Amino acid sequence: MDVSADGLSQQRLSNLRRLEAESIHIIREVAAEFRNPVMLYSIGKDSSVMLHLAMKAFYPSKPPFPLLHVDTTWKFREMIQFRDETAKRLGLDLIVYTNPHGKADNINPFDHGSSAYTHVMKTEALKQALDKYGFDAAFGGARRDEEKSRAKERVFSFRNASHAWDPKNQRPELWSLYNARVSKGESIRAFPLSNWTELDIWQYILTEDIPMVPLYFAAERPVVERDGMLIMRDDERLKLQDGEKVENKMVRFRTLGCYPLTGAIESDADTLPAIVKEMLIARTSERSGRLIDHDDAASMEKKKREGYF
Amino acid sequence: MSDAEIIAPATAFETEAAVTDYILAQEDKDQLRFLTCGSVDDGKSTLIGRLLYDTKLIFEDQLAALEKDSRRHGTVGEDIDLALLVDGLEAEREQGITIDVAYRFFATEKRKFIVADTPGHEQYTRNMATGASTADLAVLLVDARNGLMVQTRRHAFIASLLGIRHVVLAINKIDLVDYSQERFEAIKAEFETFAASFEFETQQAIPMSARFGDNVTGKSDKLAWFQGPTLLEHLETVKIGEEELSQPFRLPVQWVNRPNLDFRGYSGTIAGGTVSVGEELVVAASGKTSKVEKIITPEGERNSARAGEAVTVTLVDEIDISRGDLLASSVSRPDVADQLAAHLIWMSDDAMLPGRSYLMKIGSKTVTATVTEIKHKVNVNTFEHVAGKQLQLNEIGFCNLSMSVPVAFDPYEVNRQTGSFILIDRVTNATVGAGMVWFALRRATNIHWQALDVDKSARAHGLGQTPAVLWFTGLSGSGKSTIASMVEKKLHMEGRHTYALDGDNVRHGLNRDLGFTDADRVENIRRVGEVAKLFVDAGLITLTSFISPFQAERQMARELVGEGEFIEIFVDTPIEECKKRDPKGLYEKAEKGEIKNFTGIDSPYERPENAEVVLKTVGRDPEDIAEEVIEYLRANNYLVSPVFVDEGSGI
Repeated sequence: MDVSADGLSQQRLSNLRRLEAESIHIIREVAAEFRNPVMLYSIGKDSSVMLHLAMKAFYPSKPPFPLLHVDTTWKFREMIQFRDETAKRLGLDLIVYTNPHGKADNINPFDHGSSAYTHVMKTEALKQALDKYGFDAAFGGARRDEEKSRAKERVFSFRNASHAWDPKNQRPELWSLYNARVSKGESIRAFPLSNWTELDIWQYILTEDIPMVPLYFAAERPVVERDGMLIMRDDERLKLQDGEKVENKMVRFRTLGCYPLTGAIESDADTLPAIVKEMLIARTSERSGRLIDHDDAASMEKKKREGYF
Repeated sequence: MSDAEIIAPATAFETEAAVTDYILAQEDKDQLRFLTCGSVDDGKSTLIGRLLYDTKLIFEDQLAALEKDSRRHGTVGEDIDLALLVDGLEAEREQGITIDVAYRFFATEKRKFIVADTPGHEQYTRNMATGASTADLAVLLVDARNGLMVQTRRHAFIASLLGIRHVVLAINKIDLVDYSQERFEAIKAEFETFAASFEFETQQAIPMSARFGDNVTGKSDKLAWFQGPTLLEHLETVKIGEEELSQPFRLPVQWVNRPNLDFRGYSGTIAGGTVSVGEELVVAASGKTSKVEKIITPEGERNSARAGEAVTVTLVDEIDISRGDLLASSVSRPDVADQLAAHLIWMSDDAMLPGRSYLMKIGSKTVTATVTEIKHKVNVNTFEHVAGKQLQLNEIGFCNLSMSVPVAFDPYEVNRQTGSFILIDRVTNATVGAGMVWFALRRATNIHWQALDVDKSARAHGLGQTPAVLWFTGLSGSGKSTIASMVEKKLHMEGRHTYALDGDNVRHGLNRDLGFTDADRVENIRRVGEVAKLFVDAGLITLTSFISPFQAERQMARELVGEGEFIEIFVDTPIEECKKRDPKGLYEKAEKGEIKNFTGIDSPYERPENAEVVLKTVGRDPEDIAEEVIEYLRANNYLVSPVFVDEGSGI
């Protein structure tokens, strides 16, 4: 790379620095334009990158918004621990919200099916939380490369007063001029990582040394094989079915969610470079580890229309 | 999921250190954003699917799911339908078409690519404009069987309007014309002719079959006659975007960072140029200046930063700056005005009406704005200017806008970030229009002009000469440029400060959007006149050589400058002599009808009636003719320092 006398590079920014700058621009824009924004924090790798970018965006100040975690009560214990440690370490406000009706009715993935469970404990819970606190903008860590319907989503994704997304009636989004205008009750979901790919995420984590939940790294964990997936028995609520037995295996997780719905992969990748190496030669797509997407062909689009992130 | 661009064999990573090194080496990887546009059935989705497929981004389980989908919706029998990889939403799949802008990702060793996939339907100008607004390059698809369509012209026009400087003409389905070189060359030639006026920096035609993969990522035996790059090779190597670093520095302030009373930082994304600690910046709207104290970037404190970076700067002085202000280089300032002229793309079902109030978001500032006048609308298929009282969905208009307060901006051609804006409906909050600034309107550009207390006479005095415009007019081939050039040399040798404006340095830059219709000729001369006026204001002896066939425009140029500052020089060479000289073979082409609107053939030349100097050229040495001009200047006191009545009071 050409460097001039004052040390200034004569080239355009690299892909990673360009993505970083774009994300920071989006995060600052939301903070500046909205009355009451919140950052959805799901504890996973994308959320960790988004949070890291938010810390950079406002340095030396703290991000001027709280974090929100929608707790389904079925998250991995290590996730919850990591979440609380992270909020404390960074000195940020963390709001934890659980759907009280779902909790009272003991809605769970076993008795109600993954689809109904996700609807009540994630989608409905999120809407309740946004309404309760009156948030007019919510950051999410979704990427356009994750899945087909995401590819068409705007960076500032408009939601009506019922939190619904209308894919046919999205606002045109040009240059880096984001339209932040909403009426009372309406809101924006903002996606600062829209243009990142999974490799970008891992490369950035490696470059920036961003702390990650240990579940991404291989370790001996108790798992059962169910419907072709390795499910970790994180606590006693996972009841064994006939013929199932718990085995300790070297496994790790490519994505994190509710433990009964998240498949582990057998792996001995216990460092970041090993994970990246594994990903580079991966033959399985990221979301295949999540049961919810198998429900039907266009399940994600349906969920999004209903208000899922 | 995307990515694993780098399908290096596992054995390449024997140790973790090697992986770490490999990943960190990717740090320098560049990014290219491009958009694809084509008509329905040109095979656009198939092409993108092919790029993703060939770059091995499609993982096995996605392929498995795809095979299932193909049997339900597919259009190519038992083959995998690559288009289904990219057509996202349910309703679109049922109709077999893409209806909105979608973004795809793939990467190679050299670059990461972000593809804006935009539809080719008549009614979707807005989608294409959206995709084009952030793209560095456009891939225009044509079906080799059909050749260029009306849509292709429209796509090239919109790409150009949105500031895209690089295009690829992807001549697809070449397999269906038996990989014919002749067919390829014919389409390429036709495109080059009509796209010439857009003056794209790079323009690459590539024959390909997206369905079978020929020339997309790999060379094809069937296209052995084609010597150029494959699509992927071209996308990997085309040079883009380096100009943004040489632009004047611009930083729209997004956020004022105040963690405590001791720190006051201004955060934003650098929209052009570079900045260093100690450099003087100006707050464009207020004209207040200060120096950069610190630059805080995501990577820590730095001595300098450049276009594209999201930074926080602190200044040496406490001055009033808030969100919406534009920090700029104090030596190269943006326009500050409350009126501007812009191209406006209308994106709403509700028509744009002049006089209606909209919100304008420009940089980080939001103001109210109204369109005061639609100068003309542009027919996107023929590029003709048509009159109009309102703008409908997907129409493009050249408009004057008036803002509630002065705002800072640059012409879009100079800076895509500081020269663009969106209009928002005040009731529905919908984004209804997208604008590209053409120029500031004069009435409002007084903000930083007021600060100028060095005037024309002061500059002229400093240069020791009397500024003037030497306006050479005459037929093509009359010898205008030759004589002007000699005059300039003679003046230069005398130590005079000069500048020459001619077709070569104006048509390729300032006026590259203009053709040769009567309307464009008028505009061409108007702009040359304005530029000449500025140069005279700078104290220069300015030489212009343009045919300038119409009396009215020469008169207009004369009236732009002061009394005695306009010297019209008629290079009076008879047309027969010009035809005989015909140095560029233009008369021959014009007489065959290959060039339209050629002055003297099918477009008139109005002879000057009151030129200061008339030069007869036939049979004379150009040296003598040039000397005749110098003698005129000397005789009329242009080559001596202006005499000041009250010496020194001007400064």
